[in-house]
Amino acid sequence: MELYVHPEFEIVRNEKKCIACRVCERQCANCAHGYDADSGSMEGYDEKCVNCHRCVTLCPTKALKIVQTAHTFRPNANWSNNTIRELYLQANTGGVLLSSMGNPRPLPNYFDRILLNASQVTNPPIDPLREPMETRTYLGKKSIPLQRGAAGKLIENLTPQIALTMPLMFSAMSYGSISYNAHASLARAATELGICYNTGEGGLHRAFYRYGSNTIVQVASGRFGIHTDYLMAGAAVEIKMGQGAKPGIGGHLPGKKNVGEVARTRMTPDGSDAISPAPHHDIYSIEDLRQLVYSLKETAGNSKPIIVKIAAVHNVAAIASGVARSGADIIAIDGFRGGTGAAPTRIRDHVGIPIELALASVDTRLREEGIRDDISLVVGGSIRSAADWIKAIALGADACYIATGALLALGCHLCRSCHIGLCNWGIATQRADLVKRLNPEIGAERLVNLVKAWQHELKEVMGGMGINSVEALRGNRLMLRGVGMTQEELRVLGIEHAGS
Amino acid sequence: MSICIETKPNGQPMHFSQLGEQLRALAGQSVILQNCLGQRYIAAGQKNLRVEIEGIPGNALGAYLGEGSSITVHGNAQDATGDTMSAGSITIHGSTGDAAGYGMRGGMILVKGNAGYRAGIHMKEYGKTCPKLIIGGCAGDFLGEYQAGGIIAVLGLGTEGKAPVGRFCGTGQHGGRIFLRGDALPAELPPQVSVRNAEQADLALLLPSLTQFCEAFGADFSMLQASPYWLLTPNSSNPYTDLYAIY
Ligand code: SF4
Ligand code: SF4
Repeated sequence: MELYVHPEFEIVRNEKKCIACRVCERQCANCAHGYDADSGSMEGYDEKCVNCHRCVTLCPTKALKIVQTAHTFRPNANWSNNTIRELYLQANTGGVLLSSMGNPRPLPNYFDRILLNASQVTNPPIDPLREPMETRTYLGKKSIPLQRGAAGKLIENLTPQIALTMPLMFSAMSYGSISYNAHASLARAATELGICYNTGEGGLHRAFYRYGSNTIVQVASGRFGIHTDYLMAGAAVEIKMGQGAKPGIGGHLPGKKNVGEVARTRMTPDGSDAISPAPHHDIYSIEDLRQLVYSLKETAGNSKPIIVKIAAVHNVAAIASGVARSGADIIAIDGFRGGTGAAPTRIRDHVGIPIELALASVDTRLREEGIRDDISLVVGGSIRSAADWIKAIALGADACYIATGALLALGCHLCRSCHIGLCNWGIATQRADLVKRLNPEIGAERLVNLVKAWQHELKEVMGGMGINSVEALRGNRLMLRGVGMTQEELRVLGIEHAGS
Repeated sequence: MSICIETKPNGQPMHFSQLGEQLRALAGQSVILQNCLGQRYIAAGQKNLRVEIEGIPGNALGAYLGEGSSITVHGNAQDATGDTMSAGSITIHGSTGDAAGYGMRGGMILVKGNAGYRAGIHMKEYGKTCPKLIIGGCAGDFLGEYQAGGIIAVLGLGTEGKAPVGRFCGTGQHGGRIFLRGDALPAELPPQVSVRNAEQADLALLLPSLTQFCEAFGADFSMLQASPYWLLTPNSSNPYTDLYAIY
């Protein structure tokens, strides 16, 4: 017996407006629209719709909308509709539930309960339209003692740094999980903006080597696409130890997506699963991590900063302290709301901790241990707006990573169906006709628009605080106040309650 | 003409970073390292460098090794030999530690003696490049775990009559081939792996590597050629497809 699972969404077509042009039918890769030649009218198949709004957006007469079904089980606060649906599905298939994008559960968001400060009267605000505001950022080790040569001349002993025009980067998304055109958009935008994008673990397509100085190349447990030239191609090398959406488990690109250029770029056999298990099988300790860090440093002749990316988990502060001693130049921490191209639902939704708390506790711990300047701190895991970005910097981040936000700029409608591989927006798919829908030139332009707007917002808020350099905002928790938080939450965040 | 580097000047072992710097400046040349004592990352990522090592190199010897490089060790090597190497060759006149050939995607590693745990894990082939890892003695547990391509052979020289590998051989294998010389198989093999006697056509893939093995270490080629081999291959190149419920 297979239990019936009622579709989550309904396709609503305004018959008065519909002209049966069949655009929706052509646009929906999930085949949720059809044309009935006998009646000359369109039909919708609700069970196939993932609510991505492609048809809604492209319908020339705006005849379509997608609504959440009103069909319901007997209301039950404990057994929600979704919980029951998922359980039926598992009883039907015996499978581990797979989903994508970030955690959608209504767990507390601390960014939303933090408020920013501004100057009044005594310390006047600065007008960013008139005054220079510095957002330039260098990521890497800062605790290098000044050394002078015989004639008193400064010896250049600075270890390699990533230079950014602002403390923001596009975080790791592999070619394979997203499309060629999505990568092309990110690479072009990063170059134009003077920031970096990140290859993720799928290797670097040969056409993108020219964006190398704005690229971070990743090394993960599966070692996809890694060869000598790849390691030298970027501005930095990132070792992926964990990901916020799925801490403790690895990646798995199904063989049907690992074909053609994707497989070639990963340097794997065509059509075979690309499995990157949770652990690096040569890393069982900070000493082992140190070995991987230094093998990469040696390979690059000490010319590239090394990033170690970990997921925000319970004892993240202790782990970060270890990472800071591994020789890494930068630590990237990914919070539990971070996105993914595919992850087991239970892990995405239940493993890890919010980035706000992880960031505050790591920054505090590294300061207490006197090693904060040994390493730069980059955080991601659902930085949704300039406000989140600014709050993260004030909590102690040297820079932020964004990915879901960047995909939204490219047209993503957060249908959370990336794992199916039929992204109607040409982002999370490898199907050539769908990939073509994303024009990398327009994509890059939209990303540039987004990031420039955020940069301007950052400057405005800094100006309001009377701060003219992002350096002075970093870790400046006095600029933050909490609302509606417990003493314990305030303590972990290291901020005062509003009004005090 | 080879360039000699004394890696223990003034009686103190040279730091790996100093040695690395010297080696990077010597691309295109032949180098002999004397009195090597545990320096890590030797020749990491280097192309067109020939290194002879007298003594014992440290971990991650020849990691990310590139085209045209060759490393010969007159002694044992330690862990992570040839980690993610792309090309070239590493020849060890002794044994090697754990995770030899992790993620290697090209080139060849020849080990006269034994290899530790997780040898050949994540090996991958791609286009025409097919990595090869030949172990003269025995290998530890997890040989060829998650192998996605390439050739691993364990010859069990000196341990005739016993399976030359430990437990969990080929767990998660989804590509490539593992040859085990002799009649004995490990007691248990993981479900992802099929095993059968290697036939003439299979051995044709292995023989060129065996020739190189015999040239390097003076082993008896006709004996190796006449031996029986088990061949381990994956049941599927998509071993975990049925694990998930998609919605
Ligand atoms: S899946 Fe997207 S394109 Fe297809 S019917 Fe639903 S909203 Fe429209
Ligand atoms: S990338 Fe595509 S498939 Fe993934 S959530 Fe966005 S619109 Fe949906």
